[in-house]
Amino acid sequence: MLSAQSLALIDREVAKYPADQKRSAVMGALRIALEERRSTGETPEARCLNQEVIEFVANYLEIPPVAAYEVATFYNMYDMKPVGKYKITVCTNLPCALRGGVNAAEYISHKLGIAIGETSSDGMYTLLEGECMGACGDAPVLLVNNHSMCSFMTSEAIDKKLAELK
Amino acid sequence: MAVFVNGVIFDGVDTAAADAWRLDAYVARGGYQALRKILDSKLPQEDVIAEVKNSGLRGRGGAGFPTGLKWSFMPRSFPGDKYVVCNTDEGEPGTFKDRDILRFNPHSLIEGMIIAGYAMGTKAGYNYIHGEVFAEYLRFEEALEEARKAGFLGQNILGTDFSFELYAHHGYGAYICGEETALLESLEGKKGQPRFKPPFPASFGLYGKPTTINNTESFASVPFIIRDGAQKFLEAGKPNNGGTKLFSVSGHVNRPGNYEIPLGTPFSTLLEMAGGMKDGKKLKAVIPGGSSAPILPAEIMMNCTMDYDSISKAGSMLGSGAVIVMNEDVCMIKALERLAFFYHEESCGQCTPCREGTGWLYRVIHRIANGQGRPGDLELLDSVGNNMAGRTICALADAAVFPVRSFTKHFRHEFEYAIEHGKTLVDHKWC
Ligand SMILES: Cc1cc2nc3c(=O)[nH]c(=O)nc-3n(C[C@H](O)[C@H](O)[C@H](O)COP(=O)(O)O)c2cc1C
Ligand code: SF4
Ligand code: FES
Repeated sequence: MLSAQSLALIDREVAKYPADQKRSAVMGALRIALEERRSTGETPEARCLNQEVIEFVANYLEIPPVAAYEVATFYNMYDMKPVGKYKITVCTNLPCALRGGVNAAEYISHKLGIAIGETSSDGMYTLLEGECMGACGDAPVLLVNNHSMCSFMTSEAIDKKLAELK
Repeated sequence: MAVFVNGVIFDGVDTAAADAWRLDAYVARGGYQALRKILDSKLPQEDVIAEVKNSGLRGRGGAGFPTGLKWSFMPRSFPGDKYVVCNTDEGEPGTFKDRDILRFNPHSLIEGMIIAGYAMGTKAGYNYIHGEVFAEYLRFEEALEEARKAGFLGQNILGTDFSFELYAHHGYGAYICGEETALLESLEGKKGQPRFKPPFPASFGLYGKPTTINNTESFASVPFIIRDGAQKFLEAGKPNNGGTKLFSVSGHVNRPGNYEIPLGTPFSTLLEMAGGMKDGKKLKAVIPGGSSAPILPAEIMMNCTMDYDSISKAGSMLGSGAVIVMNEDVCMIKALERLAFFYHEESCGQCTPCREGTGWLYRVIHRIANGQGRPGDLELLDSVGNNMAGRTICALADAAVFPVRSFTKHFRHEFEYAIEHGKTLVDHKWC
């Protein structure tokens, strides 16, 4: 179900914890599983976590499926719902709002023609609002696909970024 | 932007240089000398802890608890495993200092954690890193690899009989995991829901073993303290407020960024360092210690010095050192609404007063902000808050109430006006 490469990455996570505490690796394993689906999935449905892959991860770590499912639903960076090829999460918490975070989210929403929380009909983009990313000095900040942080996102910087995300 | 003024952690770090974070550069700045000093002289564990106590270092994660004292709570003679854990789950709105430690000086944290491991007799440690900073997580992993290769981490460190391993754990989006027992649950691969205390982590922590948790900046201050001495660290700040501190300045200033300055520096000086107010606007209010700290109006803030005692005397908290600056165009109801939304979103939901209370606070503030406030709403906010604070498993509920109480106290007229007139007094502009 997951590639040999993903399994090797999960094994590296497992090795960080005591032999009888494999469960600790579930967060890393779900992240790795999600990354594989995001990069290989052709449709929004194929890019997010689903019951099958969560169960696979649980079995791989020898923990009950419900334990892995609980983790996947508790932490908000795991995509449990269909998601665009590019998920854009804009921080709109207070410190960012004071430096254009809210404006940045509105600008992207306008440009992509989707409201916050929506995915574009071509399945390319999902726009979300996020909480503090620990980078408020670089505001406005946004994350692309969870792992790529973009700083100082003025309208011009957003135009440039969106042109790259094709 | 990262701006550093003289200090302890960023002394000599050239943030513009691409390789300043690497092991070679750290060693060239005097890095790992503290660890060598301890191992060469076989410094007794108690002496290391005493040195940290004498430095006056107080926890940089928010509560300001004396670090040396915390270390002394670890059972020295415990026969099984023990752990040191670093809290880099930096998610308190306004705080972005720990990210810069991982970006520009990760070995200061690694060395600090190794020293902590030595002092408390632990063989392993974990650094829990905030989900949103993946690039920094990867960099920290790379720094760990450098330290292992150089013999600073692993079996028989620098040829002695002291062994210590350190790993990075990546979070995935939950503010509550910054609370230390939620963090431990998360490290164990569970939902990040805080534990009842007692027992405290020093007796029942990670995997049920004695554990000490400190903030990134706390650990990263330790190499300096051991290398240059507690006295030198203490003297860098003021009595009872030892050392320098990283302040993350955000909001309406010309140069947002991190400033590492002596504790006790006047706020007005920090504001100047940050380039003063943007567009020459007037300062209205400051949240001096992260979103959970009570807000202070400009007049009070301008008379404060940046240290635990002064800010606490003024009625707020130094917290994580996140200084959120707001100008005269900000409607205090709108600002509070955004924070209330955040706490409601991030409540883990295990305690009814917090789960329900944060929702109530948000909804009432939301309606006042939208001109639909009702007479009695301020009293309602008060009574909801009283039913939350101090009645829950962790301090998130208090953190949600502090802003509400302080905003409605210092800027009461704005709330009263909005309830009475059905619109806000200030024509709000975020920026
Ligand atoms: C809701 C909540 C969020 C917290 N978030 C953080 C955080 O992001 N980083 C941190 O170091 N401490 C955070 N803390 C404080 C930790 O529980 C803990 O006190 C701290 O990590 C101890 O380290 P220190 O003594 O070095 O400050 C938080 C506490 C609460 C109640
Ligand atoms: S106070 Fe709130 S966040 Fe803390 S444990 Fe209770 S419900 Fe969870
Ligand atoms: S408020 Fe946006 S990164 Fe902190």
